[in-house]
Amino acid sequence: MTQVIDRRLNGRNKSAVNRQRFIRRFKAQIKRAVTDAVSGRSIVDIDNGEKINIPARDMSEPVFQHGTGGRREAVHPGNTDFVKGDRVKRPPDAAGGQGGKASDSGGGEDDFAFQLSREEFLELFFEDLALPDLVKTQLAKLVDFKSVRAGHTSDGVPTNINVVRSLRGALARRIALRGPHMKRLREVNAELTALQPATGEDDEEPDTRALELEEEVRHLKQRIESIPFIDTFDLRYNNRIKQPKPTTQALMFCLMDVSGSMDAVRKDIAKRFFILLYLFLKRNYEHIEVVFVRHHTSAKEVDEEEFFHSRETGGTVVSSALQLMHEIIRDRYPSTEWNIYAAQASDGDNWDNDSTKCRDLLMSKIMPCLQYFAYVEITPDAHQSLWQEYERVAGAYGNFAMQQIEDPQDIYPVFRELFRKRVT
Amino acid sequence: MTRNVITEGSEWTFELIGRYDREIARIAQNYGLDTYPNQIEVISAEQMMDAYSSVGMPVNYHHWSFGKEFLGVEQRYKRGHMGLAYEIVINSNPCIAYLMEENSMTMQALVIAHAAYGHNSFFKGNYLFQTWTNADAIVDYLLFAKNYIAECEQRYGEQEVELLLDSCHALMNYGVDRYKRPSRLSADQERRRQKEREEYRQFQVNDLWRTLPVRDVAESAQDEQRFPDEPQENLLYFIEKNAPLLQPWQREIVRIVRKVAQYFYPQRQTQVMNEGWATFWHYTILNTLYDEGLVNDAFMIEFLQSHTNVVAQPPFNSKFYSGINPYALGFSMMSDLRRICEHPTDEDRHWFPDIAGSDWIKTLDFAMRNFKDESFIAQYLSPRLIREFKLFSVLDDDAQEQLEISNIHDDRGYRYIRQSLADQYNLGSREPNIQVYNVNRCGDRSLTLRHTQYSRRPLAESAEQVVRHIARLWGFTVRLESVMEEEDKVDLVHECKIEH
Repeated sequence: MTQVIDRRLNGRNKSAVNRQRFIRRFKAQIKRAVTDAVSGRSIVDIDNGEKINIPARDMSEPVFQHGTGGRREAVHPGNTDFVKGDRVKRPPDAAGGQGGKASDSGGGEDDFAFQLSREEFLELFFEDLALPDLVKTQLAKLVDFKSVRAGHTSDGVPTNINVVRSLRGALARRIALRGPHMKRLREVNAELTALQPATGEDDEEPDTRALELEEEVRHLKQRIESIPFIDTFDLRYNNRIKQPKPTTQALMFCLMDVSGSMDAVRKDIAKRFFILLYLFLKRNYEHIEVVFVRHHTSAKEVDEEEFFHSRETGGTVVSSALQLMHEIIRDRYPSTEWNIYAAQASDGDNWDNDSTKCRDLLMSKIMPCLQYFAYVEITPDAHQSLWQEYERVAGAYGNFAMQQIEDPQDIYPVFRELFRKRVT
Repeated sequence: MTRNVITEGSEWTFELIGRYDREIARIAQNYGLDTYPNQIEVISAEQMMDAYSSVGMPVNYHHWSFGKEFLGVEQRYKRGHMGLAYEIVINSNPCIAYLMEENSMTMQALVIAHAAYGHNSFFKGNYLFQTWTNADAIVDYLLFAKNYIAECEQRYGEQEVELLLDSCHALMNYGVDRYKRPSRLSADQERRRQKEREEYRQFQVNDLWRTLPVRDVAESAQDEQRFPDEPQENLLYFIEKNAPLLQPWQREIVRIVRKVAQYFYPQRQTQVMNEGWATFWHYTILNTLYDEGLVNDAFMIEFLQSHTNVVAQPPFNSKFYSGINPYALGFSMMSDLRRICEHPTDEDRHWFPDIAGSDWIKTLDFAMRNFKDESFIAQYLSPRLIREFKLFSVLDDDAQEQLEISNIHDDRGYRYIRQSLADQYNLGSREPNIQVYNVNRCGDRSLTLRHTQYSRRPLAESAEQVVRHIARLWGFTVRLESVMEEEDKVDLVHECKIEH
């Protein structure tokens, strides 16, 4: 009559569809919350989930209800000292004696809060953005293998012998095989010692028994000794298997002008831009290396700390940085294995004659190796020669993008603009 | 006493659940509980959250509001703001009861007694459930609904279906014929007749609007007879049958929401009774298990601790107070009924001459079958219980500056308080009374609804949005008027104009 069923193995995410629909329906509000979150907290720790608040009125499900007012009577339990006809002050806002009412009129204007997972958060954050030119990644995906540990096997090459494992096995085998003989040996010895006192001086008859036993002791010892110390059976080899390693590795160049005209505010803007790019790449590649190149009249590869914080002065020769970048790619990061992205931030100043050189370098050497080159010019002023030369590069290469940023609010829109999904 | 306990431990196994179930079934049968066959399903906490957000049903159509519910439950559960219920039970045949895997053996036994025998027999016996729901067909019907709506989504777009469902959900509480018995529900027939119905309904609607005379709106609206002849309380039904612009599939979806609303209608009216009945029976059954020596003291202590929490009623001035606890009131009333039958006092003989001293099993069974919360309280709330709960009634009249204590638990107040509490459970007074009043058939096809005020209570602000939902379904202008109870005055409260 009763049937008991174990449903625990059934799917757990029955509500997944409804949850998705909820997020889709309130996408506008959720995105607003995401954007607020981005501007609210430092971009550095953007890589987390986010608690999203949506005003309850935006997502209420209205029904006909009684409003406040009119005449109503409610019964409550736990009277202490009221008697009929008592008059009491109306409690503020449905507390105490009006508890029943509170649940009637229901609702309240609290925000509806819930947690977006990190993935959902970044998904919304990077929505509409797609990596330009993923073709190479696709092709290169299965070229590389990495070898990973995978336990032990019973055959292999001698270099892979695992000594500890093998000897442990050998020991166990020796104990196991010796066991019955040792037991018998103990018994025989016991019998022998029991015989000796009894046989005493001149009895001849038991001698044969003692001899028999001694013979058996000898035999047993021989058996025990003949168990080999190590057998091929004991050998264990470290096992390694090869796993395909997708080339989801990217290299990101951060190029920045650190000449005197780049003040702290501009550097901060540049930094935020680089961080955005870094996060963006992190979503698409397992492994990312970042190379920081700073330059004034000459370029230098530095670490992150120095990149953003040390100050230098002097003129500006942009081509020095591009030259260095080219050398780094050539020496260390073959473009067949790396998806290379570059982001350059500058205030637009450059040594006049140098700008054409920059264009040549980009056109002839650098752009062919790159997935994408994004140039941001952080300046409220008019463009100079570098911008004009870069415009020609942009004309020739679809994966070269440039934008102007004036203050921090511009970063996100510009970033989106640079990495907009390309309709091809 | 000799004890032959089923188990000493607190871990449950499927075998133990089976043994407890057999013992509980035997005892329940001795007490005359008539139940549907049981289907007990063990689920995990996540699955319980899933079940919560689809109003406990094993299958349901997809809608964002269930997702919202899920996110809310998940958030509160993860932060420890709420625990999950130990069980959910579904009014179906076989009766499906979910047990959480986290429960101890004692809790599982409690839940089996509570849900699989208490609620189950209530579902099978109570007249409201027998009239309004069809336990044999509900799961199949929901499956039909889910598939049909999914099909509509594919054909007409998720967006379109979602908007329609939003509007229907806004009227869910107005999708029931309160006084007319509905026809029985069968998924098979639904499928067979759905096509037929589609064509027929469209034909009817077309007929209604076909002879549209070209006349001046102002002069015609007056002398025409009203349509419908009498006000209609079932707004969803009226829309399904008469909304001029709805497509056949849209009418079908309106119907689905209406049917689901109807299925839940008895549950909203029998909360105190249903929980009281189930609680009374788990209490009685588990005590019988103890008397028979099948469970030990540890079992009883754990059970009583949980039981006491469930039936706790904080007083009005406690910070934990949030209205009257239906478990507490229901359990006390059921236990009190048994007491009146077995050990009546003079007071009981005076108040309940026909049941005092009668067979308690029969009396309780009669009460369970033939009442809903409102009438149950009006019939059976005893003076003794009013005293025990120290009930008092508070009159809140916005014309008065202060609240008035209208009556307390004394001789003069018993009847008043009993009636007042019963009214509190009357759906008619809990929800605003809104009915279809007129359709302008000769003019702009506008729909007029009338809200008849109850005790001068106005409508909450949300009414404006609901009117907009109705306008979406109706396709033409919708007006909502409010009628004062005493003054016979009609006010236009909201209007949603749609121009064509």
